[in-house]
Amino acid sequence: MSDNKKMTIIATKGTFDWAFPPFILASTGVAMDKKVTIFFTFYGLNLLLKDTSKLRVSPMGNPAMPMKLPFGPEWLQKIDFSPKIPNIFWSLPFTEHLATYLMKKTMKKNGVAKLDELRAICLEFDVKFIACEMTVDLFGYSKDDFIDGVEFAGAASYFDECDGSNHNLYM
Amino acid sequence: MADETLDASGLNCPLPILKTKKALSKMDTGKILDVISTDAGSVKDIDAFCNQTGNKLISTVEKDNKYVFTIEKA
Repeated sequence: MSDNKKMTIIATKGTFDWAFPPFILASTGVAMDKKVTIFFTFYGLNLLLKDTSKLRVSPMGNPAMPMKLPFGPEWLQKIDFSPKIPNIFWSLPFTEHLATYLMKKTMKKNGVAKLDELRAICLEFDVKFIACEMTVDLFGYSKDDFIDGVEFAGAASYFDECDGSNHNLYM
Repeated sequence: MADETLDASGLNCPLPILKTKKALSKMDTGKILDVISTDAGSVKDIDAFCNQTGNKLISTVEKDNKYVFTIEKA
């Protein structure tokens, strides 16, 4: 069943939270014997930067995001502050840093892999990383901004990777 | 008796699967790996992993909120 053994992902989002799904599914796909390619385009290019510490999660315009404290007494940790904080608060300086800090803390507490660790496993598992050449130029990136092991190509190369693949995910 | 044991306690999805894959790739066919996990999601995930990769899930045992999966490398 060679058709089941290939997967492609288009990664388009560059916030800290959305950095996880492409790397989680890619690494798990390889673990399950699939050949996996991720095509990073537009904001998804952020996920290939050498320095991922600047990636942030924003609660701005994101009412679905639960906001619970990863520390403190148990009753306090159960409270979801999301509906209690007016969205305008998240337009204030450094609130994204706060939200990102709390999300990282919560992830650590839950035994979720670190972003760089997941990305390194993907590379170790030979996931093919393709950065969209057009958006690299468009956003004024230099190829040195990105980690080693990235190929630079365009949409036609993505379709070439899709050949014979039956999992093609857009994220 | 297992030939190798992997302790994935405290790790969450997808790390138990990724570590299981790594551990199995270093082993010979027919050898037995025990995976210990605290992630309840891994009960279905290890089964699905074995189903897709051809490795044989011999048993799943739950004890004190820990799961022990015994896998035979294909």
